[in-house]
Amino acid sequence: MTTASADIIDLLAGIRPGDALSRVRDSREQARENAQRSFEALLEPADPGSLPVAERYAVAAFVAELHGFPQAVSFYGDLLDDEAPALAVAVHAAAESARASGPYGRYREPGLRSEDLDGPHWSAEPAAVPALGERLATALAHAHLLVFRPREARPEHLRALVSAGWSADDIVTLSQLVAFLAFQLRSAWGLRVIAGHAVSAVDPASVEGASS
Amino acid sequence: MTSPVTDHAELARPEAFTQEGLGWVPWLEPVAEDDLTAQQRDALIEPARAKMPYFRLLARDPEALRARTLTDLDIFFNVSGGIGRAERELAAAATSRRNGCVFCASVHAAAATRESGRRDDVQRLLDEGTGADVGDETWNAVVAASVALADTPLAFDGADVDRLVAAGLDVAEIVDVVNGAAFFNWANRLMLSLGEPEVPARRRATEGSDA
Repeated sequence: MTTASADIIDLLAGIRPGDALSRVRDSREQARENAQRSFEALLEPADPGSLPVAERYAVAAFVAELHGFPQAVSFYGDLLDDEAPALAVAVHAAAESARASGPYGRYREPGLRSEDLDGPHWSAEPAAVPALGERLATALAHAHLLVFRPREARPEHLRALVSAGWSADDIVTLSQLVAFLAFQLRSAWGLRVIAGHAVSAVDPASVEGASS
Repeated sequence: MTSPVTDHAELARPEAFTQEGLGWVPWLEPVAEDDLTAQQRDALIEPARAKMPYFRLLARDPEALRARTLTDLDIFFNVSGGIGRAERELAAAATSRRNGCVFCASVHAAAATRESGRRDDVQRLLDEGTGADVGDETWNAVVAASVALADTPLAFDGADVDRLVAAGLDVAEIVDVVNGAAFFNWANRLMLSLGEPEVPARRRATEGSDA
């Protein structure tokens, strides 16, 4: 499997060994290595336990689509398609129905309610649940909550996962998976954007007043 | 079997964003300190974290906790050839303000103040929100970039990079800001969805006497 050797953030960002940004990333070697280990621990663990790799890929493919990051949609979509093609179709359809624009949500804190912002509370259509399975459908609804309106998360959302068969250990792993992807996709996206601006960013002469 | 999910009905909850210290209570049972395996203790990285329910809860997936923690520490504390500690903490605070994580914002706003001495600038970010003027263009550009990076679908773009460049940041410094802000999109989601903040008892006593 190619994912065992490739640095996934470099892959998503379009960075090649020897690029200026690769050298910048090398100066934070522990962060680089452990972002990759996070991917391995959460997406492709040696022992997936009661959370199969196909479910992990399914959550990742869904989250990538919500972020609108084409390279990540292809990457995680391909992983899922290789592992569970029928599920890939169902997850893509679910993601199509789940698009939104965040962050939004209501605050628990009384002093912040003037900043409340309503938005969709997504869950899979009943007709779409059989193809996903109840357990994964509930996980995707939770992923949508975490991606778009994390400030609205409440104990009742964890109870919904428990009712769908999620153990406390697997809820922690699912939460880490979605939260990690929120980081990984932004780090890769940010690097990709910086790479597109590399000339002005590394050449002070091209930016008036940016001497240092 | 009883539900593994805990409500905290009587919690002393914060009213709004604050730089004062907050506690955090989990909604799922953390691993008991005495029950931590050698692998789970190793994943905490810092032994003192065995006292903290947040880290003992994440220890339910030790490999993920270990990698998360080492990523975090390098992004925030390895300053070799990059931007200063204060600007990283500012990126963390701004991201947390934008996503609505009162707990994370309290920790990292206080850290930004400690690293910079600019308590009033930091407090404006908390009180007025991410559009506040936080004192100079470098800080304003760091906040703006962090806020842009928090959007889903992803919307951070070349204009955000240009503003950081115009404020005097080099590529390595911009990457530090991006990774600091990106990391808090991870941390905010864990802190917001696995538990909630509380006002510690010692502060409630103080505020009671002030009121």
